[in-house]
Amino acid sequence: MHPVIEVSGVRKTYGKTVAVEEASFEVNQGEIFGLIGPNGAGKTTTMECIEGIRKPDRGTITVLGLNPFRQVYKLQDRIGVQLQQAQLQKRIKVWEAVDLWASLYGKKAIDGRRLLEQLSLTDKRGAWFMNLSGGQKQRLFIALALINDPELVFLDELTTGLDPQARHAIWDLVRGIRERGKTVFLTTHLMEEAERLCDRVAIMEHGRIIDIDTPESLVRRHCPERTVVLDANDPAAGNHFKIIPGVESVTCENTRFTIRGRGDDLVTQVIHCLSENRIPVTDFRTVLPNLEDVFLKLTGRSIRE
Amino acid sequence: MLRGLWKLTWIEMKVFMREPLGALGTIGVPVLIFVVLGRFANLRSRTPSPAVMGLSGAGLPVLVALLISVSAVLSLVTIISIYREGGILKRLRATPLRPQTILSAHVIVKLLLTAATLGLMFLAGKRYFPPGAHVPWFSFTIALLISTWSVLSIGFLIASIVPTARFAQPIGAVILYPMIAFSGLFVHISDLPPVLRAVTRVLPLTYAVRLLVGIWNGDGWFAHGGDVAALTVLFLLFTAISAKVFRWE
Repeated sequence: MHPVIEVSGVRKTYGKTVAVEEASFEVNQGEIFGLIGPNGAGKTTTMECIEGIRKPDRGTITVLGLNPFRQVYKLQDRIGVQLQQAQLQKRIKVWEAVDLWASLYGKKAIDGRRLLEQLSLTDKRGAWFMNLSGGQKQRLFIALALINDPELVFLDELTTGLDPQARHAIWDLVRGIRERGKTVFLTTHLMEEAERLCDRVAIMEHGRIIDIDTPESLVRRHCPERTVVLDANDPAAGNHFKIIPGVESVTCENTRFTIRGRGDDLVTQVIHCLSENRIPVTDFRTVLPNLEDVFLKLTGRSIRE
Repeated sequence: MLRGLWKLTWIEMKVFMREPLGALGTIGVPVLIFVVLGRFANLRSRTPSPAVMGLSGAGLPVLVALLISVSAVLSLVTIISIYREGGILKRLRATPLRPQTILSAHVIVKLLLTAATLGLMFLAGKRYFPPGAHVPWFSFTIALLISTWSVLSIGFLIASIVPTARFAQPIGAVILYPMIAFSGLFVHISDLPPVLRAVTRVLPLTYAVRLLVGIWNGDGWFAHGGDVAALTVLFLLFTAISAKVFRWE
């Protein structure tokens, strides 16, 4: 694997506001890389610097071996871009947009009809852009981003404002892009999206990248706590749980016990304790930390704030 | 550079024609004004009354030609600002399309529209021109296209500085329509106060009017080389300024 995007020490300001501060990371060929963080964290600015739409104040960026700002047209020819909150001409028809985009690139475009079919837009071919639903517009923008069969696809907040069904359909599409050997660079403020889709993520806040890794590694590193929640009609059970190695706290509410602790074998230990002490259990589940918890831990605030 | 230009031009043309009010307003209104004023002036009459002499000859066709030109420019200002506000310009920029290609497509659409509207004016005018009068329609069309092309650069400048799409049309109208008043069509430039006289020198409509009136009256192109040159210089000047201040988003 070799990097297709190399970002080093990038800084970008708008007047006195620092949008991106010392951002450095690499994106490898064939992976889905996510830049995650709350709105206003600097994700879109970072992405637009990489796409060559904005010029960073400082730092170097190499994309597919090109300088995105000086060789922007060469780069645009090889990448596909979906922008956040983009619009097209109100009365342009779906097929006209696809046809126009197909004519803009140096190499032969892929079959627009098939692309629309894959994106379930075939029956909307003749519809005006202004009459499409949010999900249909988003799928059209994905079609436009893929029409030149790009080596690298940029997707900025691609499922924001979509219903869960449309969201899942688009996730499948993005996985399909990776399966064809392409690289995907996306931004999202939805942690579920990052967890389900991304091979690696970079967490961004206030223009800084705080950490980069696979979602699993980030969770393991920053949130090693495990939680077991169970229902047991035995008031004395709490005393047994407290002496399990690795357990840090046990709380009890009516018959519901919440056991928090560390270590990969915490769940095994709890099960062992239950069977050893013959404690009858009516419900049992584990709560695993996710990227949302990682973000809270790293920044001290929820990503939704 | 040319990649995508024709397709984009064709699509912009279709998109424009699908906008019912835009197409009707831009093409219909100038022709309507021409017909109404033409009827009023009764240009067909062999001996027009002295009261309407001012509108006979080159006056009316040149006035309507300027209206056609200005409404094409206004429509460009509106479209560019709507495209910017809606993020359409930005979306187009994130492709290998050059900015010049995007703007060129719009200029071509506006020039084609100008020519088409002028054609309609000539057709409508057949009723009002004195029989047998020679109308240099081809040269006049070329002269109007050169004029419109030059005024479009002011359109770009206005589109560059209007804050939002909502203000584009009114601001454009306030800047462009008074230019017709000072273009020398109604009042001789030499009768204007010195300050206004200086202003008219940098307004393309001044040279446009001289060129259009001259061509209508049968002057040759050589007699108006200076006007064409001035229109070109002003085009380059305003294009250069707007290239500096233009915002894509």
